[in-house]
Amino acid sequence: MTVVTESETRAVRRSAPPGRPRRKVSREAVAAWTLALPFVVLFLAFTAGPVLGSLGMSFTDIKQRDLRTPFSVNGVGFGNYVKALGDETFRKAAFNTAYFVVIGVPLTLVVALAAAVLLDRGVKRFQALFKVGYYLPVVTSIVAIAVIWRFVLSPDNGLLNTVLGWVGIDGPNWLASKTWAMPSLIAMAVWRNFGSAMIIFLAGLQGIPDSVEEAGQIDGAGSWQRFRYLILPLLRPTVLFTSVTTGIGYLQFFEEPFVMTQGGPLDSTISVSMATYDQFGFGNYGLATSMAYILFVVIAVITFIQFRLLREK
Amino acid sequence: MRRTWWIYLIGVLGLIAVAAPFLWMVLGSFKTQGELLRVPPTWWPQDATTQNYGDLFSKANFPRYFVNSTVVALAVTAGNLVFCSMIGYALAKLRFKGRNALFVVVMATLMIPGMVTFVPLFVLVTNAGLANSYPGLILPFLVSPFGVFLMRQFFLGLPDDLIDAGRVDGTSELGIFARIMLPLTKPALATLGILTFLGSWNNFLWPLVIAQTEDKYTLPVALALYSTGQNAQNYGLLMAGAVVVVVPVLVMFLVFQRHVTKGIAITGLK
Repeated sequence: MTVVTESETRAVRRSAPPGRPRRKVSREAVAAWTLALPFVVLFLAFTAGPVLGSLGMSFTDIKQRDLRTPFSVNGVGFGNYVKALGDETFRKAAFNTAYFVVIGVPLTLVVALAAAVLLDRGVKRFQALFKVGYYLPVVTSIVAIAVIWRFVLSPDNGLLNTVLGWVGIDGPNWLASKTWAMPSLIAMAVWRNFGSAMIIFLAGLQGIPDSVEEAGQIDGAGSWQRFRYLILPLLRPTVLFTSVTTGIGYLQFFEEPFVMTQGGPLDSTISVSMATYDQFGFGNYGLATSMAYILFVVIAVITFIQFRLLREK
Repeated sequence: MRRTWWIYLIGVLGLIAVAAPFLWMVLGSFKTQGELLRVPPTWWPQDATTQNYGDLFSKANFPRYFVNSTVVALAVTAGNLVFCSMIGYALAKLRFKGRNALFVVVMATLMIPGMVTFVPLFVLVTNAGLANSYPGLILPFLVSPFGVFLMRQFFLGLPDDLIDAGRVDGTSELGIFARIMLPLTKPALATLGILTFLGSWNNFLWPLVIAQTEDKYTLPVALALYSTGQNAQNYGLLMAGAVVVVVPVLVMFLVFQRHVTKGIAITGLK
């Protein structure tokens, strides 16, 4: 048996041929963890930690005033969850969020798909111009959008009511109406967001070979039939993807009501995320985090269902 | 072709519907307060003025907010480029224990709503004494699961032969990453950089709760507070403010739009 010193082992390891997996892996692993470490530290501190912290908080009665004396906090089991689900405002928020998602997601996807088809088949010549134009709202700050849209929706000298006036329609005071506030926010959200789904649809459409349509043409299918029975089925993965990502985004509906209506009039546009934010503002941290977790569970369940529905069949 | 003209007409009408509010904002920023209140509204400014932009300097401290937004967005972008490319490479190309678990955990957080982390994050940052500071504005956004996903995807597409060649040449593992592989990811870095910059520039809720004194406001925060505060009736100032918030990123987007739309198409995430 030979005694191998530390430095000799290292020398051997360095010159080890690539065929020796165990030693290679350890060198690789050291490098991998060195590269991963900064991310992991920041991720634990500012994402994973807060996620777990939130879960913990949701089972306690923690309030803003407890921040300096964390040991005065009591566990309340599922108390916050029960309280949230029984809360009038929260239920209203859940209803509004569902309203927004059920109308807003299909509308966004239909507009996005129509725009993508238009770009892919129709306006070949100025495609880049149209693409960039339709995409502009996606890269715009919601606060600036709010400033603009308050003018668009303003009752007397607003852009929308002025245009409606041309065709003899007397438009309502959109954001102050219990009936029209939510549709206004949905319209704004569709206007703001359809561009990102459009880009994904466009990529999907461009991935479909021309021969598919040519075959349909030879078989005598009209352009709508070709779209409905040839193109749309091939787009299924893309539709799945955009409906899931748009759905996840819309379930968190927050910025539009926050900057436009503050949830009003009479809670008619308050969303689950807004109700959560309001409880945070009141200092009810336990209740706020439980609401956020309820939202998370709903998002997870709906995403799962979407995958099942659209993948099989 | 007889059919094409009305297809273009639909396209142009759509373009007008999307762009009209922007146009109105830009034109409105050159109107006087009186003209902005006129019924029916005017399209082109009748007596154009740059008074509103002057007010952004004198009445509101917009240059300061502009600098704050830029500093925060640049720092957040730099952090994401550096840290996400590092771990993205490790997850795509290096074998180590816990790799799959790490990837799954990071990706799982993509589905978690922002509101879930909001309260504990606020408590953490406030208790660390970072409220109303640049670190408080920047640190929570220095890395993103989305960035990891994007960079990992891109590294997966690069050939392993390059790594083996580097190893044969005796280049260290970190050297292979930094000198051989990283330079090949410029397109992905450009995409991630632009998307991150845009996201940070437009970020609103977090700066709103963390920036408490006026000298730490970012542009969206300042604009939001001006549009609800005592200046809420000064429409010209608000329009000009909105232009200052929007136009820099619009110009940036127009210059780099190819990367942005490619990144969106690859990942489907905003």
